[in-house]
Formats: sequence, C-alpha cells, structure tokens
Amino acid sequence: MKLHEYQARDLLAQNGVAVTAGRVASTPAEAKAIAAELGGKVVVKAQIHAGGRGKGRLVSESETAAMYEKLTTDPANNSGQVKGDRVGGVRLADTPEEAEQAAAAILGKHLVSIQTGPEGKLVNRVLVAEQTDIAKEYYLAIIIDGAQGSPLIMASAEGGQEIEVVAANNPGAIIREAINPAAGFEPYVGRTLAASLGFSGDQAAQFSAIAEGLYNTLVASDASLVEINPLAVTDDGRVVAVDAKLTIDDNAMFRHKDLAELRDKTEEDPLEVLAQDLGVANFIKLEGNIGCVVNGAGLAMATMDTIKLAGGEPANFLDIGTVNDPQRVVNALKVILEDESVKAILVNIFGGMARVDIIAQGVIMAHEQMKIDVPVVMRLVGTNLAEGEKLVEESGLPLIRAKELAEAAQKAVEAANAA
Amino acid sequence: MAVLVDAETRLLVQGIGTEGTNHLRRSVAYGTNVVAAIHPRRGGEDVDGIPIFTTAEQAVSATGANVGIIFVPAPGAADAILEEAAAGIPLIVCITEGIPVLDMVKVKAALRATKSTLIGPNCPGVITPGTKTRVGIMPGDVFLPGRVGVVSRSGTLVYEVVAQLTAEGIGQSTCIGVGGDPIIGTPQIEAVRMLNEDPDTDAIVMVGEIGGSAEQEAARYIKEHVKKPVVAFIAGATAPPGRRMGHAGAIISGEDGKAENKKAALRAAGAIVSDSPAEIGITMKKALG
Repeated sequence: MKLHEYQARDLLAQNGVAVTAGRVASTPAEAKAIAAELGGKVVVKAQIHAGGRGKGRLVSESETAAMYEKLTTDPANNSGQVKGDRVGGVRLADTPEEAEQAAAAILGKHLVSIQTGPEGKLVNRVLVAEQTDIAKEYYLAIIIDGAQGSPLIMASAEGGQEIEVVAANNPGAIIREAINPAAGFEPYVGRTLAASLGFSGDQAAQFSAIAEGLYNTLVASDASLVEINPLAVTDDGRVVAVDAKLTIDDNAMFRHKDLAELRDKTEEDPLEVLAQDLGVANFIKLEGNIGCVVNGAGLAMATMDTIKLAGGEPANFLDIGTVNDPQRVVNALKVILEDESVKAILVNIFGGMARVDIIAQGVIMAHEQMKIDVPVVMRLVGTNLAEGEKLVEESGLPLIRAKELAEAAQKAVEAANAA
Repeated sequence: MAVLVDAETRLLVQGIGTEGTNHLRRSVAYGTNVVAAIHPRRGGEDVDGIPIFTTAEQAVSATGANVGIIFVPAPGAADAILEEAAAGIPLIVCITEGIPVLDMVKVKAALRATKSTLIGPNCPGVITPGTKTRVGIMPGDVFLPGRVGVVSRSGTLVYEVVAQLTAEGIGQSTCIGVGGDPIIGTPQIEAVRMLNEDPDTDAIVMVGEIGGSAEQEAARYIKEHVKKPVVAFIAGATAPPGRRMGHAGAIISGEDGKAENKKAALRAAGAIVSDSPAEIGITMKKALG
C-alpha cells in the first residue's frame, strides 16, 4: 500500500526523522491558514501517488490523455523550463494569499506527469510546508534486498533526481549498506554512511539520527520501501527531509489496523477497488479485451503471455488463489464483466490447492446469478477434475472448452475477435 | 536418488486446518511416509492414525521426522519455520502465502545459524515421483517418474510444465517450487545447483518470472557449471511495470526485473528459452533429442 507524502512525513516524524514544518490542506482557505501559521513563505505540493509532480500539468479530466501523450512524446515539454498557469503540481508561495492561489490552481484538477499514466491523478489534497533554502540535496532510502534477505540502505550525494537516473548515469554515486536484522541499526551504520557522503561534525550526527529514524519507520510500519528524496542540507545548516515516500507491505496489514485508514481508494483503479471489496484480492486492470480468471500468479502471467502470443490482449491479471467458496468465482466474473472492454473470458484453472469442482460450481452459479453475454472459454485441469467436468457437463451451459493452454488462449482470442 | 525428498523422507505436517489435513491425506494417498502432525492444542489425538504432537520437538523425538511441511496461516508461519529449525529438522517446506517480508528477513537471518534448509514460502512444495514422495500441494497424478528436474517460482506453472512433460512421455526426477516471495529460503540458483549435481537428473526446466534478479543469478551458475540441457520460461513478459502481479516478488522495479532481460541472460548462459509457456514440453523433447 502506497502512502501520500503527507502521511509518510507523519510516520517519519513519529520515528524521529527531521521533516520540514507543514500540514495537509484540502481547500485553498486551509492552505492559506497553514501558510500564515508557517510565516507565509511556503511550498504547496499536490498529494498524489506518483512522481514527476513539479513538471506535471494540471488539466481537466477530459484533457489528461492528450496531455500525457504530449509529455511523454516530446521531451521539451518535460524539461522544467516550460512556464504557464497549468504547469507544476509543486509551487512556491511567498505569502498566505499566494499559497491560497496555488492551492486553488492545484486542487480539484487532474495532475498529469510522466509517471501518472494517461488518466492523470485527481488532486484532492495539497501539502503546505515551509520553504527551505537548500544548500545541497541528498538521497536516502531503505529497501528490502530480496537476494540477501536483509534491509538495505541506499544513499547518494546526488539527491533531488530520480535514483534510477543516478543508477544509470553514475552507479558509483550510490552507496549501499546492508543492515544486519539481528543487530538492527547500530550507530556505526550512520557514522559510516555520513562519512561516505561527506558529512562531518554536527551535520554527521543529524544525518545519522535521520538514517536511524528511517530504519525505525521501516520496522514500525512494516514498510517495504522508505525513501527521502531530497534529504536537504539547508543554508542554515539543518539536515531535513523535504520529500518522503513510503510503501507498506500488504502482507503485514493484518497487524497494522491503524495504518489501514491511510489507504486512499481514489488513487486506485475503480475496478481494482471493486475487486478488493468483493474479496478478489489479486486483480489488476489491463488494457485488452480478454478477461482472465486463473489460479496462481505464475499461471496467470503465463496465461496473459499466451493470449498475447495468440494475437490477443488480456483485460486483466487475476489470480483467484485457493478457492474454497464458489462465490469468489462469481465475484471475480462480476468484476470482469464490469469492464466494458471485455469481449471474451478465459477461465484457466490448474487445480493443486485450488479445486477444479469448486471453480466449475462458481462458473455455473455466476450464469444463474447474472447475465453473461460474452463467450466463456474454460480450461480445467488438476485436483478434482472429474467432479468438475461432471458439473460442467450436467449444467448444459454453452462454455467453450479447451484442454491445452495454447488452445484455450487461441479460442479466447477467436471468440473476442468474433464479438 | 533425486534431490531433497525421497524414500527416506519422514514427513511432519504442521498446520492441520482444512488445507493441511486435506493435503496430508493426499500425500498419504500418493504413497508418502507421513509420520506426524503438529497442532498446539490437539496433542495426543491423531489424523487417520497419524499421531498429533503439541510441538515440533516432541514430534521429531518420537517419530524421527526429517522433513517438515508448514500450512500455518501467515501471522504464525515464521514462528512455525523457526520452531521446526530449532527442533533440528533438516528440510522445511513452507506452503504459506502472505508472510510479511520483515518476518522473512528475521527467519532468513535466524536460519543461517541452523542446519535447516527452507523451501518456500509461498510455494507448492517438492515432489519426487519416482519414490512417490509428495511434500506439497501439487496434483500427484500429473507427475511421471523420470529424469528431468523442474524448478519454478510459481506453483501452478510447475503443474502446467509437468503436465506438458508427462504428455510428451518425459518423466521427472524432482520438481522444486521455490516460491513466489521476494525472500525465499532456497533461490533458483540453489535449486538448479542441486539438480545439476544430481546423477539421476539429465535435464532441467527452469520457470522464472518477472521481478528481482534471481534468474540472472541462476543464469551465471548455468553458464559456468551446467552441461545438462536447460529449458527456461519467464512468466510475465506482458505484465506492466511497477505493479505487483500476485506474487509479492513479481514486480518489475528495475532492468533485471524485466522478462526480456532475464530471457537474454538465460540465452547467453546456453539455456533454451521458450517464449510460450505452452511449448515447454515440446522444447524439452527436442532438447533431449
């Protein structure tokens, strides 16, 4: 689960990371009041789950796709040199009135950046934070290194730009330090990183405290990523987090009921929200027209790949998981049928933990409960196959049957093209 | 001989809810020697005559169990793995999906101080058809005894691949589902190494997927050490970047995570890469001549 910048900042601050003063606003009037509290000179930042905000464009919903096309095809549009009233989801304001105007220009608009996708992101909130006079920008993040099985700190003196860009252009500029999970964050880690980045004296101590606070945030919130970019040294010698990104491990949400309320459903695809609400967890909306119901993430991806090789395009990724209740199959089909671009459905089940007969029951129940007006191709193999086949046969439903994966994909593509 | 599990396997099942009990029975029916089960409140009872113990330590000392399979739900799964390791069980197979990644950070670090090997989590388990040893959740009837080893991050793709191999008359030595999580006990490179060193395995199928760099690491090993034919497939060529495709580990977040780069690394290592998941069986048949 991704958090907004203002939410991530709060968690960082709770764990001892120095962040700039500021608060979130959802109206221009609130933004004005917060700016007044902060002394007038502030930065107003759109809160969306995507980067590239500063160079993004604020447009109406109907204009997002065209703007995205413009931003992604012509690099000049994304150079940061372009000025104009619609340019920039991050704005400086020198007075509370200017903060109000900036918030008014941002709130309620769709922000399109090279990272938002063609739909852009509707801006419902802005962060109003103190302006900092930045002397130098750094990068500091902790990820989980799967291969080593440990948290890994990544830091760079080349902050303020995408770390992927640094990694591509100057990989030597990224310092990596693994944390021994049994020992946790020992002070030497902070000292070592601070020295490698060129900090000394009081600033080295400030940096170490921030790095330790970042690690504590990761552990306390079960994050899979925490990132400060930029981490700034100000003209008056403070080390402070100017931006923050945090992703919480979905698998750990069961022990973070308090963090669940930080989820912003408006950031997610409506079909994916519907799927989650119906208990169909692993659903991702894609651009094609063949709906997929598959068990297992690997087979679900392989099914998408096979559809593509057969000349079609999958409408979604869906791993239905281990199904004990046929209603989950009904719900999965309900979500897929909500997608108007779907012209055919491919059900591909290789039962192991999942039982083929339960899936068959679900498909039959779905036909009883709702109108399914697109062709359904069904391939069943594995655990309880005989029972499943019997159910399908007795139902008399006009399902298109397939035995092999390639055959199933081919039939689904043909059915979608014929529609 | 095969690898990891064989006729010497004495299986312990931890987590005997609906799924655990169901698969305990399926393993028994397949011909596997299941010697014990664990349930914290049902010690002294039995499942179809197989004794239930309260702790792994009791189960090991009473039955000599040497392989443990875990079906415990995610919040308690790390604890179950560490309990089995503390009881000295050499091979632990964790089926559980959805374990928090920081729990696995802890487990991985703790296991370094033990002699236990972990397969999984979030995996279908390990099966050696030749000795009828099923330590997992796979449908036993698609497997055929033989001499091709299979390694896969995905469970259902193991079944898919094996069904294709079996249809071509190609049997399997041992099939290892290493698991779909970002932190797993035995990465693909280790599983490939085991099969490479196994005299009863003549060829290897490796099924990877997008995300991480485990396939590239396996490719480096293959290039240097593997003379046996390797057929590979990478799932997720059509997956969009930045999205978690079901498996927590299946998210493209860097160049190594992309299917095309994994395929290129494997091709450069001498593996035969099938672009279609539907053609793995036939590709292996050709490779074996």
